[in-house]
Amino acid sequence: MDSKEIILDVKNLNTTFISDRKEVKIVKNVSFQLKRGHALAVVGESGCGKSVTMNSIMRFLGRNAVIKADSVQYNALHDGKVTEYHLEQIEKSHGPEMRALRGPEMSMVFQDPMSSLNPVYKVGDQVAEGLLQHNKGMTKQQAKEKVLEMFKKLGIPDPEERINSYPHQFSGGMKQRVVIAIAMICNPELIICDEPTTALDVTIQAQIMELLKEMQVQDGKSIILITHNMGLVAEMADEVCVMYMGRVVEFGSLADVFDSPSHPYTRALLRSVPVLGLADGQKLETIPGATPNPADLKGGCEFAGRCEECTGACRERDIPMFEISPGHRVRCLKFKECQEVQ
Amino acid sequence: MSEKQEIIFQVKDLQTWFPITKGMFKKVVGHVKAIDGVSLEVYKGETLGIVGESGCGKSTLGKTMMMLERATGGSVMFNYGGEFKDITKFNSKEMFDFRQKVQMVFQDPYSALNPQKKIYTSFEEPLKVHGMKSESEREERMRQVLKMVNIQPDYLMRYPHEFSGGQRQRLCIARALEVMPEVLICDEPVSALDVSIQAQVLNLMKDIQKELNLTYLFIAHDLSVVQYMSDRIVVMYLGKIVEIADSHALYDEPLHPYTRALLSAIPVPDIHNTKKRQVLQGEVPSPIHKPTGCAFHNRCPNCMEICKTVDPAMVHHGAEGHQVACHLYGKDKT
Repeated sequence: MDSKEIILDVKNLNTTFISDRKEVKIVKNVSFQLKRGHALAVVGESGCGKSVTMNSIMRFLGRNAVIKADSVQYNALHDGKVTEYHLEQIEKSHGPEMRALRGPEMSMVFQDPMSSLNPVYKVGDQVAEGLLQHNKGMTKQQAKEKVLEMFKKLGIPDPEERINSYPHQFSGGMKQRVVIAIAMICNPELIICDEPTTALDVTIQAQIMELLKEMQVQDGKSIILITHNMGLVAEMADEVCVMYMGRVVEFGSLADVFDSPSHPYTRALLRSVPVLGLADGQKLETIPGATPNPADLKGGCEFAGRCEECTGACRERDIPMFEISPGHRVRCLKFKECQEVQ
Repeated sequence: MSEKQEIIFQVKDLQTWFPITKGMFKKVVGHVKAIDGVSLEVYKGETLGIVGESGCGKSTLGKTMMMLERATGGSVMFNYGGEFKDITKFNSKEMFDFRQKVQMVFQDPYSALNPQKKIYTSFEEPLKVHGMKSESEREERMRQVLKMVNIQPDYLMRYPHEFSGGQRQRLCIARALEVMPEVLICDEPVSALDVSIQAQVLNLMKDIQKELNLTYLFIAHDLSVVQYMSDRIVVMYLGKIVEIADSHALYDEPLHPYTRALLSAIPVPDIHNTKKRQVLQGEVPSPIHKPTGCAFHNRCPNCMEICKTVDPAMVHHGAEGHQVACHLYGKDKT
């Protein structure tokens, strides 16, 4: 596939956190591709490395994080012309090269709208900040008009008055709209949403998801949605990437993963979610045990200790990815007859 | 819930208002009407689920039923072996006895256990307080409840930080069970846990209920979790009950427009689901300045003229025990 179709291509991303005594590998050999205009959902339990993966790509991590990758390639498409950016070659995470990308090309929506806005600045100014940074010569008046336009698009009522309000005057759902406005204001191609609705109520979650879907379908944005809610995945995603203890354990299209979940972890995850309309006496299936501590993992499959189908071979070596059908990759020895892939 | 069952809790017109004060003399300038006229009954041995969005008063209702918050009006009657007593009028001695019968499990297992105390010390305290004098007897009971929640009894000498989130929540449940309560009020017991752990805790709670014939008051914002756990469900909106129904009836035939919206807002983990989603506009109004009439009228898709002025009363509609507060169903029933 050429770089026109693929917007983000990550190969063998590794992130290690170094504390004074030991190194802990949090993200291990993560590879995925995101097609332009598609939505990719990254699912997994807390601590599985889904947020760290995205923060590694955006280079938001602190000094104790060491990021290594064979390639993190971002392909910008402007007026039919493709510009390739090799993010792994950029040295400084806060240097001008990275800063030029964050905002106009790729941006991020964070989990907690309550703490991602600055309480002492007016929301309008916070949204305009990115715009003024990236467009030299733009006046404040022009920026304000752009902000107004964005607020209207995101459905914030009385935008003329609301841009002069402070974050505490907004409700949770409205604050998340403002955070989305900040991410969207420079018109990026790729939006990474890190659990955008976890802090919100279901009826507000429905509103925000509607908004994101609209951006993807109408404006052709590419979206990466980090979540642990299987319901949201089913509604939003085109492709699904299931992570467990820092590794991608299953990757495939939405139909692949939901209709024929192949990794034991994916299957267990799908079955342990309570859904409406369960019959009386029907029990939820559980995954025994708890997620292991990433600092003292032994070799082999990370899921082996909780897996029902675990064999001796599972614990011997790291498990490679197998492609069980075109585009559907699973990291499990059950499929060792299939072709090994990256 | 077909045959007549024994009532354990009877709540009538309960009100919990929090005063808003202003100025040096703390003049009361208004009230946050967290619970505004709630009436319900809890039957022995059932699980009553309470759902609603944040700020609807579901946690306050749970706390008021344990008198952790003072009720400002109405009554909460508790069944003492056939005799009903109003707990809102209890003195501290009576309250002490009452709290042995009703225990609570809180949302965040990370802050509900004292990090400086061993599990043993945390667990011993309620037993000591409620008059279990002999040490060996106490330890016996502690081991017994730990076994019940599938935690090795040897772990008594550990500190809370040595346990995972799911284990900690199980410890909190075990601690509540120690004093042999009849009712367990669970305030969002699984919302801080991961999905795979959530299922473990939910199943465990169901097993324990069967074993000990407990009554649960299960408060949560996640309707699918509540439906999985409960026999009957109470839907709350802005301090009021909008619908009470059998959990299957609520799912199969929701009556109140808010319940319908809430059900359709839940994302379904099924890619072949073609149900059209109904997205509610706007947000929950403030409980300080409630809208006149029906509190839901400004977001309601079926709003009529009468809704803007008259607050609907609870009426029975449809199946046995199905009650709803909505003008759509008022006319055909006297």
